[in-house]
Amino acid sequence: MSTNEQHLLEVKNLKTHFPIKKGSFFSKTIANVKAVDGVSLNLTQGEVLGLVGESGCGKSTLGRSILRLIDPTDGVVSFEGKVISEYSKEELRKVRPQFQMIFQDPYASLDPRMTVYDALSEPILAHKIVPKSEIEKEVQRLMNLVGLASRFIHKYPHEFSGGQRQRIAIARALALRPKLIIADEPVSALDVSIQSQILNLLNDLRKELNLTMIFISHDLGVIKYLCDRVAVMYLGKIVELTTTDELFKNSVHPYTQALLSAIPLPDPELEKKRERVILQGDPPSPLNPPPGCAFAPRCPKKKSALCETKVPTLIEMKAGHWVTDCPCNVGHSA
Amino acid sequence: MLVVKDLRTYFYTRAGVYRAVDGVSFHVNRGETLGIVGESGSGKSVSQYSLLRLIPSPPGKIVSGTAMVDGVDLLNCPLSELQKIRGKKISMIFQDPMTCLNPYMTIGDQLMEPLFIHDNMGKEDARKKAIIALEEVGIQSAETRLKSYPHELSGGMRHRVMIAMALITEPELLIADEPTTALDVTVQAQILDLIKALQKKKNTAVIFITHDLGVIAGVADRVMVMYAGNVVETAPTAKLFANPSHPYTRALLGSIPSMHERGQRLRTIHGMPPDLSKEIVGCAFAPRCPDNKEKGSCGTTKPELVAINSDHYVANCVGCVANKLQPLKNKGESNFSKISEVTL
Repeated sequence: MSTNEQHLLEVKNLKTHFPIKKGSFFSKTIANVKAVDGVSLNLTQGEVLGLVGESGCGKSTLGRSILRLIDPTDGVVSFEGKVISEYSKEELRKVRPQFQMIFQDPYASLDPRMTVYDALSEPILAHKIVPKSEIEKEVQRLMNLVGLASRFIHKYPHEFSGGQRQRIAIARALALRPKLIIADEPVSALDVSIQSQILNLLNDLRKELNLTMIFISHDLGVIKYLCDRVAVMYLGKIVELTTTDELFKNSVHPYTQALLSAIPLPDPELEKKRERVILQGDPPSPLNPPPGCAFAPRCPKKKSALCETKVPTLIEMKAGHWVTDCPCNVGHSA
Repeated sequence: MLVVKDLRTYFYTRAGVYRAVDGVSFHVNRGETLGIVGESGSGKSVSQYSLLRLIPSPPGKIVSGTAMVDGVDLLNCPLSELQKIRGKKISMIFQDPMTCLNPYMTIGDQLMEPLFIHDNMGKEDARKKAIIALEEVGIQSAETRLKSYPHELSGGMRHRVMIAMALITEPELLIADEPTTALDVTVQAQILDLIKALQKKKNTAVIFITHDLGVIAGVADRVMVMYAGNVVETAPTAKLFANPSHPYTRALLGSIPSMHERGQRLRTIHGMPPDLSKEIVGCAFAPRCPDNKEKGSCGTTKPELVAINSDHYVANCVGCVANKLQPLKNKGESNFSKISEVTL
């Protein structure tokens, strides 16, 4: 997280809290769900950052808050040096084409009454990317880019399989030539054989177009395959952030280690040999997070009472490897 | 324990006859875990639902087959007899606990119900047993939990309740249909551990349906790979992973991202599974098969399963598998290592 070089995206201390209200008319806020609670990260041009964590840890909310699809409660998001978290709606509309999102479920994210042509031409038309006369050509170019035959141009989403639909969704995200793409579990709803096609496609596109991407997933196998750096989230906070290789070789945080050991390996020999860290219980509710380290109640390495009182902060343990400074992690840094 | 022969389940829809399961035979031994893998629509769930006759009918119909458990044919016995077996001798865990648990009943009532029905147990005994069952699956303060409704529990806990429910009658066979697909990896690891531990304790046979080959590697003793309503390969887990002999199995294994280096191209399977409402000539995998260059049909009859050694069976597709297997027929089993070179 060195601040010297120019980052495409910088997120500082981002917080998104959802108020819980009681009463219908004179409602008042009785509590806050701290979905994202103080996240800082940055991205350089051409980098793919993976975001992993269990369901409910706030990874999707973080993605959406960065793009201001949800308005964050606090914090700064700057894109190419401009602070977009303070932009008005009008200003935001002008920069929006530069960041796009790919959603998890291609069955839900495409309008069933729009053909491929409609879906892809709409953003091009709205933002005047190419002259009107060239729209059809542009749509065909996009379809070729994601590996769809252009004869499908006037077909509706229901005529496609899940993998093809996800290709349409990717083409739509690419239509505005974005600088940043946030992909929210884009392959989780697909079968393995189709999943690998989409991952290959994303990998090719990324090389071809030098895409910068935040890739949200709960599947560390997918993350390992695609991402340069990985941020591990737990209950609204980043607990470890480092390069993919470093994370898989020298993870420090006990939660990361538990996540890594929980991945089922497609190798029966290895499966028999390795030791698993099996976590007890479920993640705590973000409505009422435990004081101190949020992971303490499930932590297999819990050292002292300090774990339950001191809120850990993210520190740079060694160059490029950030981890929370709980007592159980600090021992490693020496 | 369970022997299934030539099971065929067809769905008679307006669009035609959909051959969801088309001639599947397999067996499960006591205490063994059989993993079934395949893409969505390959018939892995339908084949298991058919065993307990849980297929909605119409449109579904079990066209042929037998499934013998201790001398009783599950597919053809009277319904009253099946009801004595279902939930007692054989029970099932489903993918989504929210649709499987009754939201109007406390989990205690749901846990005790099978005991009243199958074991004629009194209320007090059933309650005690329910508490033990909940404790076994790792739910704390089980006694108070009995009064909870499903919505008051977290996803992982609901899953555990469902497993407790399936195991409370001490079944001899447990069918788990994608029991961990909707779960996070950490919770998945807990649940898999739990199923394994309980299986060891009670020597239950388990049929484990999943599309995750990683999970299969961890839990299954034997694996059956299904494609388009047919079994294409079946072998002990270690043998299947070491020596996948059907091109579909190889393609499935090749498409797992965690087995690749970063950025390295993943192997993919082109195209889509075939439309099962149309007649398939020869090998169903032919149009997508990487070994079949012409992409036409491969053979004229459905490939039969043949043994490449004592417990490793593969669909004998004329295009890709059959010619490589020829040397085996003459020289016998001792040439296994040679064959593995050929088929790999």
